[in-house]
Amino acid sequence: MDGLKDVSRRQFFKTSAGGAASLVIGFYLPGRSVLALTQETSAPAAAKLPSPNAFLRIGADESVTVLLAHSEMGQGIWTTLPILIAEELECDWSKIRVEHAPAAPAYFHTAFGIQMTGGSTTTWSEFDRYRQAGALAREMLIQAAAAQWKVDPKGCRAEDGFVVHRGKKLSFGTLAAAAQKLTPPSQVKLKSSKEWRRIGKATKRLDSPEKVTGRAEFGLDVRFPGLMTAVVARAPVFGGKVKSFRAEKTKAMPGVKAVVEVPSGVAVVAEHFWAAKVGRDALEVEWDLGPGSGLDTEKMREEFRALSRTAGTKAAASGDVEAAMRTAETKIEAEYELPYLAHATMEPLNCTVKPGRDRCEIWTGTQFQTGDQAAAAGVFGLKPEQVKIYTTFLGGGFGRRATPSNHFVVEAAHVAKAAGMPVKVVWTREDDMRGGYYRPMWTHRLNVGLGSDGMPIAWRQTIVGQSILEGTPFAEMMIKEGVDETSVEGAADSPYVKAIPNHWVGLHSPKPGIPVLWWRSVGHSHTGFVMESFVDELAGAARLDPVEYRRRLLKDHPRHLGVLNLAAEKAGWGTPLSEGRFRGIAVHESFGSFVAQVAEVSVKDGQIRVHRVVCAVDCGICVNPAGVAAQMESGVVFGLSAALYGELRFKEGRVQQSNFHDYPLLRLHEMPRVETHILPSAEKSGGVGETGTPPIAPAVANAVFAATGKRLRRLPLRLA
Amino acid sequence: MKLRVNGKLHDVTAPEETPLLWVLRDFLGLTGTKYGCGMAQCGACTVHLDGQAVRSCVLPVGAVGSRLVTTIEGLASRELHPVQRAWIETDVVQCGYCQPGQIMAAAALLKVKPKPNDADIDAALSGNLCRCGTYQRIRAAVRRASEIAGA
Repeated sequence: MDGLKDVSRRQFFKTSAGGAASLVIGFYLPGRSVLALTQETSAPAAAKLPSPNAFLRIGADESVTVLLAHSEMGQGIWTTLPILIAEELECDWSKIRVEHAPAAPAYFHTAFGIQMTGGSTTTWSEFDRYRQAGALAREMLIQAAAAQWKVDPKGCRAEDGFVVHRGKKLSFGTLAAAAQKLTPPSQVKLKSSKEWRRIGKATKRLDSPEKVTGRAEFGLDVRFPGLMTAVVARAPVFGGKVKSFRAEKTKAMPGVKAVVEVPSGVAVVAEHFWAAKVGRDALEVEWDLGPGSGLDTEKMREEFRALSRTAGTKAAASGDVEAAMRTAETKIEAEYELPYLAHATMEPLNCTVKPGRDRCEIWTGTQFQTGDQAAAAGVFGLKPEQVKIYTTFLGGGFGRRATPSNHFVVEAAHVAKAAGMPVKVVWTREDDMRGGYYRPMWTHRLNVGLGSDGMPIAWRQTIVGQSILEGTPFAEMMIKEGVDETSVEGAADSPYVKAIPNHWVGLHSPKPGIPVLWWRSVGHSHTGFVMESFVDELAGAARLDPVEYRRRLLKDHPRHLGVLNLAAEKAGWGTPLSEGRFRGIAVHESFGSFVAQVAEVSVKDGQIRVHRVVCAVDCGICVNPAGVAAQMESGVVFGLSAALYGELRFKEGRVQQSNFHDYPLLRLHEMPRVETHILPSAEKSGGVGETGTPPIAPAVANAVFAATGKRLRRLPLRLA
Repeated sequence: MKLRVNGKLHDVTAPEETPLLWVLRDFLGLTGTKYGCGMAQCGACTVHLDGQAVRSCVLPVGAVGSRLVTTIEGLASRELHPVQRAWIETDVVQCGYCQPGQIMAAAALLKVKPKPNDADIDAALSGNLCRCGTYQRIRAAVRRASEIAGA
């Protein structure tokens, strides 16, 4: 999804006409004691400034409520976006309250033109808008105070929730009512970076109190009178359809209210989850399986390998690779493989839908409000603005809750419609694990020629794997000349490749019919592993130290070098380690940020153990260093689960894994010590939610090579 | 059947084989205890039974008997439990979904081992998965909770 950063709002509107573009919803101004400004941002002069009432409300009780245009799924924007507002508003931090915004155009992504959370974009895409909203509100509060005191507003300033003027002060809460009657200024001056008091300072999370007491409401926790719970029997293979079903036993069970057929399967609607689950167990469904029942992981691997031996569609090309290859001193060929992966969010998918005559209400943890709203409207024959979406906390996202097909919301809408009652559709862990929308399986084949100095002079790489964007509204703008940018990001644009005058990166996008989706770090989740493992191989062939080799290749890339050198220094690269410990390094750019990691590993009886990870990150301007460090740790753990364990396999079309016993995640006793070092930077902020993931698998694989001499080119890493 | 949860006696009409988790969530409205796997693999559903950590997703409600059930909603008394305070101080949470289970597991550990070492913490909390990867801060927070409780 990194490629999305180049997408302008206009492009998206054009390509998604009929979906996002048709949505027009007047922003609802909440009632009493709010800083609710009458003038919307339609006036041309003010068009670039956000309407502050959409992003914050100041109550007579002094509360400052920040509305989030994006979804909190663990990445910490519940705290980051308020920091941006508070930096300019000069409010009392302890008075901040936070809410998810409703689904409405006021909250469209500043770059993508729909309301969504993804691509590690929230902080940079809101950096100006949220600061502007805070500054506008501050200016209006100052104007209101100045009018009351009959003084020049220029002599007033805002400070910790008060407007002050020569010893006089008025609180924001007492000024809010007067301020909301004023016309917002057409421009505001934002602080210079030297004046920042909050941006750059480690700030503790604002959502901790509700999350440590069990009060935080996730989608699965939504309750109201009359709400039923449903589980859906879905086809055991992708593309399968219901042929027939018998529900007599199910319908006779206590608590079961209805059994309804929907496009995705058969739903058992009951008074509570357990009755629905037991009811589904008793259901007899005959399936028309279709061609999906032929899927087999080993067969697919063979097909992918065969494809990787042919050039594929051009993703990047320069010079004459074959001619350069003929002059190479050393030639190296390698094949890398990565499996299908599940996101396995701790909270399984769920969606609550309350149908009505001329409206519909939806509660769910979604990363994709605008699309979900339009899709649910389609199911009910409503206009999008008649569908209200209440975004709950997300029990993990990682891309799984940003579905261009809107499938889990659409399915819940169908169930509620067919049952004619409010329904919460709950996916069991097994449903979630086997429900598709996986990180695609990938095969890479590389043929590289080295010159007499050991540096690459010819590079040929073919990548094979399913396109995530094919068939989605994003296809038109992000599949260019047959190449899905998210399939090749991190390879086709790699600084290693670009520095070689003779290179070819090709892509095959087979269509085995498995639903695939962006999975934390998207294309970088495979290209990071391949590029950083393979460069290590080249360093070995050149008999050069892996850090020194990378320094030579990256000599024109100061930000790569900055994190590479910092990680190496902090990890003590080149200094002796305790017995049985070995180091590996990797450096990768993604989502506008640069990360290098050194993994310290031991291998005993074929078991890989990661003891320590030193992580250096350059994410440009860092709004909350505590949040960045948490995201680096998080990315490392996510990547380690994949590197050590993650693999979904197909046999006769069935996904073989189902729950955490056969799809293990890293556990606490396996947690390495992670030390994060943030490089000071004045560059534009990059993303941090995903960028910590790509380097860890190669760093570990490179350390395993140092430990054992075995080059593991397939994930998950297995020595046996 | 009668069920004693967080100091209150409840009359529950659920079938005896219903897992305690779903009785807490769907019958009593105590949604702080989470569903993650349904097979005692992830620990999101951890509650206390007479002070001991158990996985409520595989415990039939009929097997609870007269034992006292404590959920995340009942962990704090007048002020937050030391584990909850330590979790806030240490900035542990991310998505937060697994944290009630983590906190209940940590609180049960500190009850029997007020000063746990690393091996104790590993043993008590390795059954609780966190997909966000907050483990490093969980470890630090358990030690901090031990300090708070001992102070």
